[in-house]
Amino acid sequence: MQVINKDEQLAMAEELAKFEQKIADEQKIEPGDWMPEAYRKNVIRQMSQHAHSEIIGMQPEGNWITRAPSLRRKAILLSKVQDEAGHGLYLYSSTETLGISRSQMIEALQSGEAKYAQIFNYPTLTWADVGAIGWLVDGAAIVNQISLQRTSYGPYARAMVRICKEESFHQRQGYEAMYALSHGTPVQKQMAQDALDRVWWPSLMMFGPHDSESAHSSQSMAWKIKRMSNDYLRQKFIDQTVPQIEVLGLAMPDPDIKWNEERGHYDSGEINWQEFKEVINGSGPCNFQRIKHHKAAHQDGEWVREAVRSYKQKQVNKEINKQNETAA
Amino acid sequence: MINSFSIEQQSPLFRFVLGLADDSVVLSHRLSEWCSNAPYLEEDIALSNVALDYIGRARMLYQYAAEIEGKEHTEDDLAYWRNEREFTNLLIHELPKGDFAFTMMRQFFLDVFYHFYLEKLVDSKDETVAAIAAKAIKETRYHLKRSEPWIRQLSEGTEESRARILRAVDELKDFVGELFEMPPWEAELLAEGISVDRSSLQKPWDDYVQKFLAVSDVDFGDSQLQIRGGRNGIHTEHLGHMLCEMQYLQRCYPTMQW
Repeated sequence: MQVINKDEQLAMAEELAKFEQKIADEQKIEPGDWMPEAYRKNVIRQMSQHAHSEIIGMQPEGNWITRAPSLRRKAILLSKVQDEAGHGLYLYSSTETLGISRSQMIEALQSGEAKYAQIFNYPTLTWADVGAIGWLVDGAAIVNQISLQRTSYGPYARAMVRICKEESFHQRQGYEAMYALSHGTPVQKQMAQDALDRVWWPSLMMFGPHDSESAHSSQSMAWKIKRMSNDYLRQKFIDQTVPQIEVLGLAMPDPDIKWNEERGHYDSGEINWQEFKEVINGSGPCNFQRIKHHKAAHQDGEWVREAVRSYKQKQVNKEINKQNETAA
Repeated sequence: MINSFSIEQQSPLFRFVLGLADDSVVLSHRLSEWCSNAPYLEEDIALSNVALDYIGRARMLYQYAAEIEGKEHTEDDLAYWRNEREFTNLLIHELPKGDFAFTMMRQFFLDVFYHFYLEKLVDSKDETVAAIAAKAIKETRYHLKRSEPWIRQLSEGTEESRARILRAVDELKDFVGELFEMPPWEAELLAEGISVDRSSLQKPWDDYVQKFLAVSDVDFGDSQLQIRGGRNGIHTEHLGHMLCEMQYLQRCYPTMQW
């Protein structure tokens, strides 16, 4: 047990007061700043979960890179997945400012200790799923991430500014791909409808449990790590997406969707929370496959990383030998 | 959609441009297979980037080939509606991606090749070909800057990485010679100042590659056997599988727009 004397206790209380004042004043917390341990852990949890989602998200979309239906679509999809890898890299690096290494984060992902967005545990069965993911999944992500541009941790907030710009492009490409399908032949329209019906519910789940059920929400909101509640953001997403479904000319994926004049929002049906829990806890259709793929790629690359380390060491040794010779 | 395609009846310029387009599309496909499978996240990004450069080349070249052909075919008709005997890429581009050592060694060989090739092609009398080459040479210079340090590190890294590098050289060397052969239609265009004399690049390529590898004590050796046939549609068994995957949607749902 760590023994803290009175002076130290006082100093800490002072730091905490300063920290909380900064939060209240809408100032950013920066890497070198004092922060409560629980804040640091909370931000690491959220940022690394975000980074892992970008990385695991490469798999379901990557599933269609080699089968994209035209050269244009292939170039767009490959660029998009590459962007996601970039986001992952960017977020891992930003999270490292909190004193955790990328390899520690990857270990936590592979052991199941760290989570990633549950949406990526569903399979991409047809080409339309690629369009639906860009439109709905990136669309849902943006709604969440726009609010995170004002998150209290500086590096995370700044990362979100850049990432939102790219995500908004991703959403448009997804919507455009869906538009081409829904305005194509009956077979293509059916493909689009099927994808919408399957991707819709998991997209709504991306916002997390109801506010009343959310384990991490209240503290995150108090520290302004999280700026808007799960249910508020989910409603915002539904409200912006329903008119887009109408433009596509597709049927609503939920029969309970209807405009509520009084609330000024769309009403919608209840999410299957049992499914949400199962997928989060590892029993989704692709949980096992996604982590297995990640581990396999990581293990296959071990000899390369080993070679790089060894080469670097040899260069250092050469340099030392050279210096010794000069000295002698 | 292309119903019947007879390469022999095509003009030399069409065949020349189509061959270059096929080289690019096939290599980009192999590189794109690394996405989410690379040894570093940075390499997922970098290999995707190189793949994107080659998709870009393929699109420009197919568009130009379609224009030369004058039958209102599109870039996608040419990429998705020809079968394995109608593809004319040089074989080295289609070999499966293998391990990271194989992919990087192939890339190094091709980067050196394109470095010399495109430097000549920018002077092509055909303005479109010259313009595409001018864009591509910038990309290739960068690709080479990336592949060289990889070959160096893997050759001198660990025993395992070195063994993999040697194996990659061994597996690739019989496919290099085809890069320097002139098909008759390219020879015809050479007289008009449109194509590049591939055979003249062999010596500079050999010198460059051997000198580079010798620093790490890797011997390229002499390849007695040269496997050839790509430009005439005689491929390895691997291409058919690649095309099955690549062309699947277009073939399942003909005439549709995506």
